[in-house]
Amino acid sequence: MTAAQVVGTDPDAERIRFLQRRAKRINRREAVAGYLFISPWIVGFLVFTLGAMLYSLVISFTHYNLATGLARPAGMENYADLLNDPNVALSLGNTLFYAVLAVPLEIVFALMLAMLLNRVGRGSGFFRTIFYLPKMTPAVATASVFLLLLNGNSGAINDALGFFGIQGPQWLIDPAWVKPSIVLMTLWGVSGTMVIFLAALKNVPRDLYEVAELDGAGPIRRFFSITVPMISPTILFNVIVLTIAALQVFDQAYLLFWRDQGSSAPEASLFYGVYLFQEAFRTFNFGFAAAMAWLLFLIILLITLIQTRVSKRFVYYEAENS
Amino acid sequence: MALTDSSTGQPSLAAQATGVEIAGTTPLRRRSVRPLPLIGRIVLWLVLIGFALLFLYPFAWLLAASLKPRGDVFDNSLLPHTILLSNYAEVWKQLPLVSWLLNSVAIAVIAAGLVTISSSLVAFGFAYFRFPGRKVLFGVVLATMMLPGAVTLVPQYLIWKDLGLVGTWVPLFGMNLFGSAFYIFLQRQFLLGLPRELFEAARIDGASYLGLFRRIVVPLSLPSFIIIFLFEFQASWNNLQGALIYLNGGGPSGFTVPLGISYAMTTFSPTNGGHGDYQYVMVAALLVTLPMLILFAFAQRYFIEGIATQGRKG
Repeated sequence: MTAAQVVGTDPDAERIRFLQRRAKRINRREAVAGYLFISPWIVGFLVFTLGAMLYSLVISFTHYNLATGLARPAGMENYADLLNDPNVALSLGNTLFYAVLAVPLEIVFALMLAMLLNRVGRGSGFFRTIFYLPKMTPAVATASVFLLLLNGNSGAINDALGFFGIQGPQWLIDPAWVKPSIVLMTLWGVSGTMVIFLAALKNVPRDLYEVAELDGAGPIRRFFSITVPMISPTILFNVIVLTIAALQVFDQAYLLFWRDQGSSAPEASLFYGVYLFQEAFRTFNFGFAAAMAWLLFLIILLITLIQTRVSKRFVYYEAENS
Repeated sequence: MALTDSSTGQPSLAAQATGVEIAGTTPLRRRSVRPLPLIGRIVLWLVLIGFALLFLYPFAWLLAASLKPRGDVFDNSLLPHTILLSNYAEVWKQLPLVSWLLNSVAIAVIAAGLVTISSSLVAFGFAYFRFPGRKVLFGVVLATMMLPGAVTLVPQYLIWKDLGLVGTWVPLFGMNLFGSAFYIFLQRQFLLGLPRELFEAARIDGASYLGLFRRIVVPLSLPSFIIIFLFEFQASWNNLQGALIYLNGGGPSGFTVPLGISYAMTTFSPTNGGHGDYQYVMVAALLVTLPMLILFAFAQRYFIEGIATQGRKG
């Protein structure tokens, strides 16, 4: 006699089996309902993310004609053009240079502001509000104001520098100062990063500082031995997010330099995002633009992976508590 | 993954929604370090005031310049020698600013409304239900947050073009029907902060799954709905690239705010054979910034809370 038959004859076991079957049915119902609730995201992901990426991969191997909607096979031509077109290397170089300049400055400046706010106690809300206002300002407004503030001859920034006896540069014309100009605008709006740092700083247990102080650690030592390790996951997060943003810089560069197709812009302001946009939507070179997009994707993926890998040695994670 | 809000020192929005803590109060927080001596506090305040002035300066300059006659814009004085309120009337006449503002408000409200609803439906699916593949799929949600938008720019345009929707508003909010990764994450965190018994009790009372959403999730999620709505409203308000791609073909009256200001920058710039009437650009820039500043005045804590949540994605 098998076990099932034994169970089958026992009324209690019968009940248990019935409940189990019902639980299973409910579980299946719950699972189906779960899938239904997340189905909008699944559809969006399949069409507009995964589908779009595959679509772009296909297009990158064609010469796409916008008027006819026909795609002529191009083999590797678009990818060969990535190497042949000097503007690709130029814009990539500009973009990487900008990222290397902007990201560390943003991190340091945002962390500094956050630490000041964290120390000030009463009043921190007031200053936080003021620091946050630029973040609320639309990029177009920021760009139009900084276009004038950064004017090399009579802009307010060079006026201020002149007050200290410094001859300010031609910010928006001199190729060497194009990227610092954009960095300056970005730093003005750094408060998002600052708020994230502030939240992390508030989470550092005070006892650590007290113990360190008893051990005679000065403020600099405390910063590098306690603050930095304790907020290192947040630093990594901000570095990754800001790097991805910097590699896609578009709005400011477009508004300051490439908005007006009639005028010439300094080569130093041709960023990858701008060139990709122009190739796609000014010259309608979709195949090439798609290849550029894939190159950018791989570069960003690579950089993010390197950042994550390298950071393993420096980032300190507390034991997860849930 | 940590629950909503142990780390800002503020009461979590979920806690507020369930009435565990009273909205707007911050629990007594232990200062992270021993208070500074007086001299240190003075220096700290001076440094902060200095930075505050630097941050505010562009706003003051913008306001002043918007009131100046053309020749005075670059005198960089924060107090205009001659105040020309007529600049505002002139801009009103020369630019379809009202259309831009109305277009932007309409698109932003639709975009924000759609993404709030869709993201919270999806988030509820991830937060409450148990189904195979849930962890993996949510991992994919998180991964798409890191996906650079430039990568899908071209194919998305082609999809909208194949649907015959280029030139309409639809591409500017159509994707919001499908939820957005960061908002799904945010709303899921919020829902995980609600006690599960709440849902179980309603189930026992015979509520359907959709009923749970309508009767529990929606009323309790007001704080996170506001965050999502505000963030998407702002993102839509700032969306220059989308407008350049999908609306640039039409006339200026169909523009949104970012496209309009970009157009004004070109129209009034001296390099384009215009007159270099920057005071008009400043008026327009000021008028499109103002709604966002007003929004911030009323909803500051939601913006701050939303941003702080971004740092907690780990």
